[in-house]
Amino acid sequence: MKLLVCVSKTPETTAKIAFTNNNAEFDSSGVQYIMNPYDEWYALVRALELKEALGGSVTIINVGPAANETIIRKGLAIGADEAVRIDAEPHSALYVAQQIAEYAKGEQFDIVFLGKESIDYNGSEVGPMVAELLGLPFISHATKLEMEGDIALIEADIDGGDAQLEVKAPFVVSAAKGLAEQRIPNMRGIMMAKRKPLAVKPPVAMEDLSVAVHFTLPPEKGDVKLIDPENMEELVRLLHEEAKVI
Amino acid sequence: MVLILAETQKGKFKKTSLEAVTYGDKTAQLLGMESVALVLGSASGLEELGKYGATKVYHVPNQSLDNFDSQVYAAVISEAARQVGAKVIIFSHSALGKSTAGRVAVRMNAGSVSGVNALPTVDGGAFRVKKGVFSGKAFAEYELKSDVKVLSLMGNSIPVAGGGEPAPVEELNLDVPPARVTVKKLERVEGITPLPEAELVVSAGRGMKGPEHWNIIEELAEVMGATTACSRPVADTGWRPHHEHVGQTGIAIRPNLYIAIGISGAIQHLAGVNNSKTIVVINKDPEAPFFKAADYGVVGDLFDVVPRLTKAMKQFKAE
Repeated sequence: MKLLVCVSKTPETTAKIAFTNNNAEFDSSGVQYIMNPYDEWYALVRALELKEALGGSVTIINVGPAANETIIRKGLAIGADEAVRIDAEPHSALYVAQQIAEYAKGEQFDIVFLGKESIDYNGSEVGPMVAELLGLPFISHATKLEMEGDIALIEADIDGGDAQLEVKAPFVVSAAKGLAEQRIPNMRGIMMAKRKPLAVKPPVAMEDLSVAVHFTLPPEKGDVKLIDPENMEELVRLLHEEAKVI
Repeated sequence: MVLILAETQKGKFKKTSLEAVTYGDKTAQLLGMESVALVLGSASGLEELGKYGATKVYHVPNQSLDNFDSQVYAAVISEAARQVGAKVIIFSHSALGKSTAGRVAVRMNAGSVSGVNALPTVDGGAFRVKKGVFSGKAFAEYELKSDVKVLSLMGNSIPVAGGGEPAPVEELNLDVPPARVTVKKLERVEGITPLPEAELVVSAGRGMKGPEHWNIIEELAEVMGATTACSRPVADTGWRPHHEHVGQTGIAIRPNLYIAIGISGAIQHLAGVNNSKTIVVINKDPEAPFFKAADYGVVGDLFDVVPRLTKAMKQFKAE
């Protein structure tokens, strides 16, 4: 099977979030970046497992500047065969989706994988957009994916439950927790990754229709109000009269 | 025109959809437009959506739409949007909304923002709207520059308005392309409000010491009419089902009240719950990081505190 995994770069999960340029831009100074965990732990690893079981190849694609090659090489070290970097700042979900679709449409992938969302902009938009641009079915939040011939049997999270779905390849799927187990690259993988092909391609031009223009941090929480553990009536009273949530 | 997709579940409109209809009505008022709702597949009581602000309800009744395929939905919704001249298309940020809104944005050449949490502002022609980013650690304001705009609304972002009049219902006859995704089976937890819709959530973590102690959590939740949730380690070890896991890798929620019991408050857990309106933390460790994110804290042994809280809640409910 010919598999494509879309990966994005995100601040690591414990990074301090701050903004600069009059709160119009994310302040990246001192921030450690990682491969978006949903892309790495679930989407990429499930793609590799399918390749190992069924044969084929795994390509990873990232839309981003040259600095992103660190995380791309990590994807190759974990086991992807080759990588493509679209040399552009990922301005918006639609911009990224257009770049991925532009590359993928000439390549006839059986499955396009990505994470259920990125942990920075939390949009869950790139997957359905890529699917629409390629005219393919899309399954979101997959927690299990098995192939029977060219038919995929998929379990996916839905609001308050699970769905069992069937779809014929080619399709686009977003990965949620459960789809696979995180893999740590070993030394051999890291050495081999240096020699694997990483192609750099120019972006296709397009106009951004939706742009983040201003950021704010949540209001500082006041000090926690401590309640006597013997007096839960007081907590109930405060929740009713002060917080007005019950 | 503002068009809102309203979802049903078991013949009833979902709460998140009633919120979306309310949100759509208020957005329409801002823009000097009308808001109309769209319902796909088998459904009844459509006129009810008028009570929440829709001036009209369009219905595409084809039974094939009871099988959800985002590609089919996107085609039908986009065609309906064109026919009614929609300028803003609103979804809930539900499983369905997440897999469909982006597709509709592509089809309509629309700018989109997913998971918005407040009404848009229109200032000198600039349409701006806010959403949570960085897993709850910040908010971003987006500007949409396109003629048609697509938004999906995060649950519990706006109170449901009621009290309007039933709205007229009109059937739309649209081509429904064949589905390529087949839904074989749906399994939903019965009888409780799903976490993304819940206003009250009682959540517990490793401090519970084992799944056999969960009865005190369930009892508190039952008395309050709350939905139960858990932290990641608890779901990973199989003490509680996976669908209860809230946090960065689980579900992100924003209930009115989140009671965290025996959960230390790792940053990845907070990422999924820190937009809750009020947070109560019960933990015997006064140094638990969760207290920093809490409105109310109780330092004590949860096995004493929780039954006491349940009793106090019972009393409160009885009064």
